[in-house]
Amino acid sequence: MTPDELREAAQIELAAQARYTQKVSVCTAAGCASCGGVQVKEAIQRQVAEEGLKEQCLVRSVGCMGLCSAGPLVAVEPDGTLYHHVAPDHAPEIVRGLDLALPVKDLVCPTDQPFFARQHKIVLENCGRIDPDKLPEAIAAGGYEGLAQALTTRSPAEVIHEVTVSGLRGRGGGGYPTGIKWTTVAKAFAAEKYVICNGDEGDPGAFMDRALLESDPHRVLEGMTIAAYAVGASRGYMYVRAEYPLAVTRLKSAIRQAERAGLLGKNICGTPFSFDVDIRLGAGAFVCGEETALIASVEGRRGAPRPRPPYPAESGLWGAPTLINNVETFGNIPSIIRKGGDWYASMGTEKSKGTKVFALAGCIRNTGLIEVPMGITLREIVFDIGGGVPEGREFKAIQTGGPSGGCIPEHLLDTPVDYESLHELGSIMGSGGMIVMDDSASMVETARFFMEFSMAESCGKCVPCRVGTAHLYDLLDKFARGDATPADLALLEELCDVVKNTSLCGLGISAPNPVLSTLRFFRHEYEEKLKAVTA
Amino acid sequence: MRRLGYAPHALVESLHAAQEAFGYLDKPAMQFVATGLRVPLSRVYGAATFYHFFSLKPPGDHTCVVCTGTACHIKGAPDLLSAVAAEFSLKAGETSKDGKFSVLSARCIGTCGLAPAVVFDSEVAGKVTSEQMLERLRGWAAS
Amino acid sequence: MTPTPRVKTFRIDGRDVVGREDQTVLEVARENDIRIPTLCHLDGLTDIGACRMCLVEVQGWGRLVPSCVTKPEEGMVVVSQSERLARYRRTILEFLFSERNHVCAVCVSNGHCELQDLAEEVGMTHVRVPYRYPGLAVDASHGRFVADHNRCILCARCVRVCGEVEGAHTWDVSGRGIQSLVITDLAAPWGESDTCTGCGKCVQVCPTGALTEKGHSVAEMSKRRQFLPYLATMREGRR
Repeated sequence: MTPDELREAAQIELAAQARYTQKVSVCTAAGCASCGGVQVKEAIQRQVAEEGLKEQCLVRSVGCMGLCSAGPLVAVEPDGTLYHHVAPDHAPEIVRGLDLALPVKDLVCPTDQPFFARQHKIVLENCGRIDPDKLPEAIAAGGYEGLAQALTTRSPAEVIHEVTVSGLRGRGGGGYPTGIKWTTVAKAFAAEKYVICNGDEGDPGAFMDRALLESDPHRVLEGMTIAAYAVGASRGYMYVRAEYPLAVTRLKSAIRQAERAGLLGKNICGTPFSFDVDIRLGAGAFVCGEETALIASVEGRRGAPRPRPPYPAESGLWGAPTLINNVETFGNIPSIIRKGGDWYASMGTEKSKGTKVFALAGCIRNTGLIEVPMGITLREIVFDIGGGVPEGREFKAIQTGGPSGGCIPEHLLDTPVDYESLHELGSIMGSGGMIVMDDSASMVETARFFMEFSMAESCGKCVPCRVGTAHLYDLLDKFARGDATPADLALLEELCDVVKNTSLCGLGISAPNPVLSTLRFFRHEYEEKLKAVTA
Repeated sequence: MRRLGYAPHALVESLHAAQEAFGYLDKPAMQFVATGLRVPLSRVYGAATFYHFFSLKPPGDHTCVVCTGTACHIKGAPDLLSAVAAEFSLKAGETSKDGKFSVLSARCIGTCGLAPAVVFDSEVAGKVTSEQMLERLRGWAAS
Repeated sequence: MTPTPRVKTFRIDGRDVVGREDQTVLEVARENDIRIPTLCHLDGLTDIGACRMCLVEVQGWGRLVPSCVTKPEEGMVVVSQSERLARYRRTILEFLFSERNHVCAVCVSNGHCELQDLAEEVGMTHVRVPYRYPGLAVDASHGRFVADHNRCILCARCVRVCGEVEGAHTWDVSGRGIQSLVITDLAAPWGESDTCTGCGKCVQVCPTGALTEKGHSVAEMSKRRQFLPYLATMREGRR
């Protein structure tokens, strides 16, 4: 598809959609699907057919609309009504409401609440607005425009420059500047280079990548293809967790459709540039989110990391220079190319630009997927967007970064969300999981939970991580049981230091973070557990 | 199944395919993969045991996967597991003696908004209570 | 087209040393009689940087690096002995001793064990963490050798020598994390392995009493590794 054909395809699809006077979009992403989203869609479809409205009313599935706790969600256009907690039984009412342009009051979910109003969607701009299984809908929503623009009007160096200017940093958690990573791979001399998309979202409590892949897979493919053009790669791998079957199905279908449309594969957009993407399934190993372990896994080996340097940008997959970026990072690329790096850099803070997607879960009213500008405070996220802690409970801490991050207490909630500020608090940005805990949560128990995770997910290659995490878990267990002595507290701190400083990869290095951060902000909880024995 | 051209790097993909076909990885399946891809047997076994997604034991007729991600943990996944342990004396990763069902645990299935989540066969259920869960299992046990 | 490796001048523990850029810091240190403790490293096998004993400080680098896989850089300042490193090395050894069951007094390798020697070298006299004693199996199914998993430290030397030098790849690591175990073939008893050639290289490279020859009593098993540098050199020559 050449850029002209692409525009034409967008026009045709828009015209086709304009034939309908009404559009009913039902979320069928995993969150809503697990509470009956698919059945709701079918019921509404049947109802529309029965009432003979098929010609004027389009019923379709779309991806995640964000507010998962209120699912299944149904959006009606053009009046912009959003229904929540919809059941198949509601179909007649909803369809009748369409006819009269009178929404069903009981089901209406206000869209002017802070949950929606405070968000700023870039990566998620099309999530919940398009049918992820239909390429024309993605194209009509601006999909592949950035790719066509990059391929036909810009040199690879200009593309990289745009990304560098945007100030985008790795959204997988590390926050490495994306522009620099791309430059490194682009400058490496090699006949063959690879682009890998890291969709091994292992952090328990994070589901941003899953939602994006399920809701707008084309955006990620587009980002990858632009990256491949920029660094000179002709092959790419999409590494997705096998635990996300829906995301895998949608990706497969997206790849097939993009290939058929000439937006992937040979001579993309009618240019000499070719790029093939293959899917690789993860198999339940958190450590494979680590770059070198991920490469080992794509190569079909045990997902054990190796020492860096050499970095994958220099010697990665089969020894070739390899660009690895996270799903969300690639998801930002099309917009940056379309709207320019300066536009992107105008959002966020000095060192952390743009927006970040978070998965908000735990003890909070509005759980779901949010995208906010960098620099927003944690308090705004928890109390404005999240709606605070329900059931008369008190907020206690927010956990960011999963097993590699830390717990942030109430008095630090005014911290802006950016890489550096969170790091200073002993936590990390992480891939974007945010778990809110109320006053019923025990911090020792939380630390123990994460250490159990790190212990089970350690690959076992290096000694400090393999044995150290097991000892740390045993110690935390002792605390949780109330059997710990003051000597154990000292030992706990010392072992954290050893594991943090001597482990081979990020998993071991960051495994003590949940313990260290809870020790820092909630030390009394550890000490209270001690007293039970010594008193 | 051999789409990737019998290359050694297709190991993980092939194990996925084998597990999908047979439900688990038994010795002949692993031997077949090893010979087909020309990968040492020990490396196949190493990979199959490294990744928790692969199972070397046959699963029950039905499976129920309890999510033990952070959100589900806070919202009561441990209670679900202890309820199962109390009634059926099964731990996560075990199959009932009659082979009717297996109870597994997974690291976050990504439906944290609906915690605690449980996957019954391939259907995801959100906000599951112990009673609901036991009911499903009782149904399977009686089938 | 491989460019000829360049020569780099740098410092280890205050001494000026010279190394080629394709060498490792560890190699250069050894050439200069600077002793850096190692465990998973063995001349002739690929380095994996797993045991973390050879970690060194490099001035200006935020993190400690394993000297066995770190290449020399012009002007870098390496510190291989410090109070901090000594403490870390002791703790890592404590981890190893506590992980399984290392009772030297009844071990065939007593007195010829690299783990034991290292403990003496870095002054690890006692273990502060609780012993885990997992009670693993002893595989005596092989005609001439025994594998005692309770003495294994998962250095993967056997895996590497079998795959890289012998070419059989009978050994590999199974499971992960604290559950890791070295296995032969599909975790079959060693004696029933179809791929094992019985060459015994794995036994000779094993640093502890995990892999031993049958018929030795306590403290009688010493390892013979003269073959390894020789084989490694021969293989390089043939390439």
